Amino acid sequence: MTMGKPLTQCIIKLHEEHHNLEDYQGGVPRWCNGCGDNAILAAVQRLCRDENLTPEKTVFVSGIGCSSRFPHYMKTYGFHGIHGRAFPIAEGVKMARPDLNVFVNTGDGDCCSIGAAHWIHALRYNMNLTVILHDNHVYGLTKKQASPTSPVGLKSNTTPRGAVLEPLNPLTVTLGVANVSFVAQAVDWIPELMYDIVSRAFHHRGFSFIRIIQRCPEFLPKMFEPWLHDPGKTLLLTHRDGLQPGTDIGRIYKNQREHDPLDIHRAREIASEEDPIPVGILYRNPEVPCYEDLRNAGKPRTVEAIRRGLDAELDKFTIWPEEASQERAA
Amino acid sequence: MSETATLDRKQQAAGGGEPAGKAKPVVNLTEHIVEVISDSGEGAQRCGQSLASIAARSGNGIWTVEIIPAEIQPPARSVAGASGIRIRIGSRQVTNGGDETDLAVAFNEQVLLGRVRAGELKRGATILLEGMWRDHRDPSVVKSYCDTVEALRKDGFRVIEVPLEKECRSLMNDPRRGKNMFVLGMLCSIYSLDLQLARDQVALTFGKKDRSVIESNVRLLEAGFAWGEANLDFKYAIPAKRSTIPQVVTNGNTAIALGVLASGMDICAMYPITPATSASHYLSDCFEKVGGLVHQAEDEIAACAFAIGASYAGRCAVTITSGPGYSLKQEGIGLAVMAEIPLVVVNVQRGGPSTGQPTKVEQGDLLTTVYGSHGDAPKVVMAVSGIEDCFYSMITARKIAETFNMVVVVLSDASLATAQAPFPRPAFSEDWLAAPVDQSPLPEGAKPYDWDPVTGIARRFIPGQPGGMHTVTGLAHDRLSKVAYDPSINEEGMRARSLKLAALQKTLKTPPVFGDPEGDLLVVGWGSNKGIIEEAVERLRGEGLKVSSLHLRFIQPMPSGIGEILKRFRKVIAIEGNWGDRYEDELINEDNRRYTQLAMMLRARHLVDIDCWSEARGQPIKPGTVAKVLRAKLEEGK
Repeated sequence: MTMGKPLTQCIIKLHEEHHNLEDYQGGVPRWCNGCGDNAILAAVQRLCRDENLTPEKTVFVSGIGCSSRFPHYMKTYGFHGIHGRAFPIAEGVKMARPDLNVFVNTGDGDCCSIGAAHWIHALRYNMNLTVILHDNHVYGLTKKQASPTSPVGLKSNTTPRGAVLEPLNPLTVTLGVANVSFVAQAVDWIPELMYDIVSRAFHHRGFSFIRIIQRCPEFLPKMFEPWLHDPGKTLLLTHRDGLQPGTDIGRIYKNQREHDPLDIHRAREIASEEDPIPVGILYRNPEVPCYEDLRNAGKPRTVEAIRRGLDAELDKFTIWPEEASQERAA
Repeated sequence: MSETATLDRKQQAAGGGEPAGKAKPVVNLTEHIVEVISDSGEGAQRCGQSLASIAARSGNGIWTVEIIPAEIQPPARSVAGASGIRIRIGSRQVTNGGDETDLAVAFNEQVLLGRVRAGELKRGATILLEGMWRDHRDPSVVKSYCDTVEALRKDGFRVIEVPLEKECRSLMNDPRRGKNMFVLGMLCSIYSLDLQLARDQVALTFGKKDRSVIESNVRLLEAGFAWGEANLDFKYAIPAKRSTIPQVVTNGNTAIALGVLASGMDICAMYPITPATSASHYLSDCFEKVGGLVHQAEDEIAACAFAIGASYAGRCAVTITSGPGYSLKQEGIGLAVMAEIPLVVVNVQRGGPSTGQPTKVEQGDLLTTVYGSHGDAPKVVMAVSGIEDCFYSMITARKIAETFNMVVVVLSDASLATAQAPFPRPAFSEDWLAAPVDQSPLPEGAKPYDWDPVTGIARRFIPGQPGGMHTVTGLAHDRLSKVAYDPSINEEGMRARSLKLAALQKTLKTPPVFGDPEGDLLVVGWGSNKGIIEEAVERLRGEGLKVSSLHLRFIQPMPSGIGEILKRFRKVIAIEGNWGDRYEDELINEDNRRYTQLAMMLRARHLVDIDCWSEARGQPIKPGTVAKVLRAKLEEGK
């Protein structure tokens, strides 16, 4: 009998449709050559194939910005929304249909500036969404303005003499919010690790937040040069419950640190380290409840329940005709 | 000599509490307007709502208007802090709050002054005033009280001082908390309402509370009733016939919530805002029992976006708000228009712009809902005209939203939000609900925006449907939902979205004219002014004047046949609750006058010289005021 269960699963698997990469490839990306968004798209399409996600049961939701074009390049359902509002749109989708795989693609302007209020609350709702923050430290679609994550001194069209404000750190922000359940960081120039992290995020039930530091070859071509040339400037966070880099990666990125993703205090310390850039799972807590579960979302509704519910409510406000009220009293 | 003294003597003569009122002549009335006014927190509203319910149970027509101060805890004994309720009781159906008040009960002279100065009391009205202030330890209070009473009497009001607190003290430890039920009993005595019905109502009102709470409130009610019988020298009756069909008594916001429930909508996403929130309060209580859900979002924008997300995923959602919240949702509404996602938005209008008058009625959001968002954003705009309409409009709104894949805005207002009136109990119909979410596979080559060349309607693909994968976008897009780079595609989408309004318009009936189909003057109105305008028109028709009225429930699209109606009248005037420039202002002339909002729309569409009159005082317009305006309009140019 011990063989029974795996065997059944095996049979079902055989009947399931299998998908290849093309099944997830939508329109031809119109991002610039060398844009980090391309690497993220490749990793996500690979994830969909490896997880064999049903394309019609998968939705990518985005806001506005270069990165928010993402859904157009997938061959799943997609919702290219308005600036800053990807989170509440995705929450609505997930609440209505917990059966769908819902991803969110957002940029540093979309998430950390115009959508910052929604970001904080999305963390608190902890709905089961896989969230990718495409953080290139600059506004690209509107042609080079400083973003909340731009470094001090960045010369842009709105800061011609250099940005004056300290950048906002998306990792420390997320790790400071109640109900945070998954925070990770990846960089677009190490695709193997990015894939592992995206995959980990997908498998976490809750609001899985990945900040992916990405290059903008058009407006900040040299920004991450030092990190590209010096593997020592990348700090790999490893753990048996976190990343376990393969030998190839391990040989290049020797700067490694064991970090237990359940340790939020340590996660906060690591989050505030910016050089070397920490890459890996900073925090993961599978015990945080999801808002859609707390609210019993997705339960099927019946006509009878609505009829009974309405009648019960109307009873509270009804004045019955004399005969009827006497009958009811009897 | 104060009347209290007279009454006290009468009471003594009658031997204390023994009912002396049996011989009182009962004056029959066709209607009366009562106000109960107190400091905030003294329960005047509960008292008035209960009185209205008891009258409704007796078969009377009723309409309530809440008097709400802007603050939660305004200072006690202040003119601006008046909190209370107006109840209009009639032999027949009542559709509005009516003219000035006939009888007021006030818990102190300051809150009363607020109403007197606002001109809300009829000349010579009866005032039942808490008399305890005459003996207050603070001489300034005593002086203020005595001066006010004297002044009111001089102005012709009949002021009767009532020892409310004294009477309640023997029944309650904290008499301040019991006065309202004592007053309820007194009012039941005055209006010859059945004491047993009143007891039942008190039990219902306090139904959730402890048995002892109900009992002590019933004792207060009975004491108030007995006091009225023994001490007041007048008694009224407003004869009515009990309805032969079941009636529901709710306010407009509750009716909206019940409508949401009945429509089968799944999700209400909202953010707290006055005066819309009470609809969501009630819905929060009952929606989950039938599998629905109220999501309190982090802000108005998120509430709108959440509702759009849910609707996109196949479960039609509603977002309920008021003016400032509506402004915040405008960008999201544009997205729903562009992506053709069904969405129901309720805007319970309040005074504006900005924070304006949060608890007060105004009809200032018509143009912003019709033309709002940005770019060309055609959407359906309906305005509810009464409590019953609040209920059914939600069902209609959902149907339209999902049939046409459009945004439907339902406009209510602060007056309807809290006004109570009975309407026939709705009988649930399965037709109110939408079919289950379509998850059937789509044929090869199906396009997500396959706009019908005539109606502009396209079948919407819902996530989960195999073969329907596409990305909806707020960008201009083609039939495949691909970003439009070709200039002609932009117009193709615009045409389709606009045509849907025409397609809906073809299904709408021409609204009926109230009164004769032609005549000297037609009054046009919308929203909560319906009952007010029709009452004024009825009065003038009774005087033999050739006046009729037309009420618009659909503002966008506007039903056909309206132009013909307008042309059958010599003059047309719109009566609205939003600002319109007035010719008495020196600078205002035909060149620069800003017309009221519906007038502006009708003038533009029908090329008829429609005049307008409006009031934006934060109070429901009075039918008597409208009648006066209409008489003047008829006289104009004669």
